[in-house]
Amino acid sequence: MILQVQHVTKRFGGLTAVNDVTFDLPKGQILGLIGPNGAGKTTLFNCINGVYSPTEGKIIFNGKDITGSPTYKAAALGLSRTHQIVRPLNELSVEQNVVVGACYGREKLGLRKATAVADEIMEFVGIRERADQLASSLNVAQKKRLEMARALAARPYLLLLDEVLAGLNTAEVSSMLDTIRNIRERGVTIIMIEHIMHAVMSLSDRIIVLNYGELIAAGTPDEVSQNPEVIEAYLGDPGLAAQLLEEERA
Amino acid sequence: MKRLRFPGLWITLILVIGVGIIPAINGSASLRESMFTILMSVALASSLNIILGYTGYVSFGHIVFFGVGGYLGFYVISQHGWNILPAMLVGGLSAAILAFLLGATVLRLRGAYFALATIGINEAMRALVINIPILGGPVGMEMHFSEYKKYGGPMQALWMVYWSVLIVTVLTIVVSYYVKKSKFGLGLMAIREDEDAAEVMGVVAPRAKTWAYVLSAIFPGIIGVLFFFKNGNIEPGDAFRLQFSIELIVMVMLGGAGTVLGPVIGSGIYQQLRKVLLTSPIFKNIQLAVAGFLLLLIILFIPSGAVGWLRSKSVKLRRVLE
Amino acid sequence: MGEVLITSALDGLLIGVIYGLAAMGLTLIFGVMDVINLAHGPLIAVGMFGVYLLFTFLGINPFVALLIMAVIGLLLGFFIYFVAVNRVIDAPPLSSLLSTFSVNMMIIGVGTALLTTSSYNVEYSLGSFEFGFFRVPGARLMAALAALVVTGLLYLFMYRTRPGKYIRAVADNRASAELMGIPSTRILALAFGIGVMLAVVAGGLIATILPINILAGGSFELKSFVIVVLGGLGNPLGALFGGLILGLIEGLVPVVMKTTWVPVIEYALFVLILLVRPQGLMGAKK
Repeated sequence: MILQVQHVTKRFGGLTAVNDVTFDLPKGQILGLIGPNGAGKTTLFNCINGVYSPTEGKIIFNGKDITGSPTYKAAALGLSRTHQIVRPLNELSVEQNVVVGACYGREKLGLRKATAVADEIMEFVGIRERADQLASSLNVAQKKRLEMARALAARPYLLLLDEVLAGLNTAEVSSMLDTIRNIRERGVTIIMIEHIMHAVMSLSDRIIVLNYGELIAAGTPDEVSQNPEVIEAYLGDPGLAAQLLEEERA
Repeated sequence: MKRLRFPGLWITLILVIGVGIIPAINGSASLRESMFTILMSVALASSLNIILGYTGYVSFGHIVFFGVGGYLGFYVISQHGWNILPAMLVGGLSAAILAFLLGATVLRLRGAYFALATIGINEAMRALVINIPILGGPVGMEMHFSEYKKYGGPMQALWMVYWSVLIVTVLTIVVSYYVKKSKFGLGLMAIREDEDAAEVMGVVAPRAKTWAYVLSAIFPGIIGVLFFFKNGNIEPGDAFRLQFSIELIVMVMLGGAGTVLGPVIGSGIYQQLRKVLLTSPIFKNIQLAVAGFLLLLIILFIPSGAVGWLRSKSVKLRRVLE
Repeated sequence: MGEVLITSALDGLLIGVIYGLAAMGLTLIFGVMDVINLAHGPLIAVGMFGVYLLFTFLGINPFVALLIMAVIGLLLGFFIYFVAVNRVIDAPPLSSLLSTFSVNMMIIGVGTALLTTSSYNVEYSLGSFEFGFFRVPGARLMAALAALVVTGLLYLFMYRTRPGKYIRAVADNRASAELMGIPSTRILALAFGIGVMLAVVAGGLIATILPINILAGGSFELKSFVIVVLGGLGNPLGALFGGLILGLIEGLVPVVMKTTWVPVIEYALFVLILLVRPQGLMGAKK
């Protein structure tokens, strides 16, 4: 198991954003994390990589308890992530952004080696020709790729992708899907939060579903998409939901 | 022709050294004095730039390191007859230790809170020194004439101090350059752009910030010793002058925060301008107001400073100016 | 000993009210637009000399002069906002710090040229009052009362009038206030104007009780920083509370220690509070 999430709860004042969530993630899989808006998906990510310290429960990464340790510790151990709302280092060049990932990630490379890694990763995610531009000058799709490049440059064992497809057009989505498949080919385990159903259904080996902070279903994409509780959580009307899911798949 | 390997560094160093040796060539004492002020400002502004320009932490109390270093250095020279070299060491080291201790605490604060805390620290330090009798309390300390005789008389001592300040300034610029070009500096700039995102990428921000702060404190500590040794006396108001601290920020901004050359150019322009205004019959009385007006124009219209502006103008300039 | 303590405490509280008023403008501006107004001290000095000049050369009663200066302060605030602040309001904090500091330099520069840095006095006395063993100069009592009145008026304005509510809405969340149709630039200018007006009025009150010089605003600016942090950045009522605490410290500490320790304690407390409770003793802006 690369990641074990055990009874994780996160409360903000009276609000329980994540409630007693437990799951295991074997190496090499793509795990889809879905749920309606406000279900606590990003909060769960934040608990896993240390942005928040969970109120209760444990996060075990590669056999190490990393509950509540700072984000840079998680990064050093090989846990990288992207942000739902992109956070480029605006006044640095695209290349420098990626070099930061390589320098301070799992391998802690020196500048020269990090630059070589960054070149390769920029090529891989398709932003190589933008290397000398300032990160602030990229468009949304490019910024999403930059997020991914930074995370990959750290050579992580586990990659958390937070809605990397949101805001992209159809062509960009399908090219991003190829990129994600290629990342998995490289042996990186992935958890992805995604709203575009057909994408997450086709990519994921397993899917877990959050609703109001609780884990309401887990299983293969087929199992989950036929689970009435999931359908109801998504749309409130099981009939309509089932119909829409059929359309998505067609 | 082989391309120069570090054009950004060489341009800056040649500029500083070239201008720095002029007083030696014509032997003018008054020129030496005004050059001393400029070089001192260059070193102070460049060191401030490490925490302000690279790391993005606005320190309003940077002068506290100048004051603390100056006081302790002055104390060991004037009260214990130490040589200036070990005294400079004391100054740099004490400033570094103070920065290290502060770094662990105040660098947790961000934005305006950090800026306010640095003001508080400077003022607390000034008020504290007033209450320490062995440091001379509110009146400060005087340097006995005999201390200058050790260097062959006051004239020789003044030249010696001048060369020392030139060396320290050059050293500051070299450090500033290498920090900017290093992995450490890249981490600092990542913190400046987005501290949380930098940490997610693995930058150990608390540690990096503390070292940046320590590094930026050493040079003011050393310069403080040189300045007050030359000055002949030290008092709390001169050592912890908040106004000077803010002027340093202005110099960094004028030239361009986060660039190596910027603080050098900025200090030069600022001190020259001040001198011109102070000696002009028209502006003498309102030199501060004129300087303020120019500052406002720069902030409103060229916020990236002179060097930042030049760098944004062409790729070629970006390659040679750092 | 008891009498000394009570007298010192009351003295401290009286001056503390004025400190609080001086800090209120600073904290209001910070609360609404996250700008630390580094021209605060010189603006206090503007108030001091406005009252001084109106009184000395035109013979206007200082408290009437105060009203005139309040209007001038408001207009001056609008002017400064549009010239120096509006353009950098969304820039990194350093920009607004420096632009307001440039205003500081301009005021001090012109002020020094016209008035030099020597000391002036508003020759105005209201006799003194006695309450048992406690004797208080009338001017000091009046100044403290006036400061309380101004604080009360500020509160009425902020909570009972439409522009006041707009200011609070913009302070709370500028983007959503704009969505609600609140003209944010005008409201920001108004808030800045009121902040400056408060500084000017505080300066005017100080001039009635203490000797003044063009740089004297600076020490009140530093005190204001301490007060603002004590009371919570952006919380005007907290500023009054912070002012009272500072006044008490200044009143009571000299009873047991040398006066020179007062600033050490003040600034150490300031840094300490920033570290352990940055939202201030009274909580920062909501």
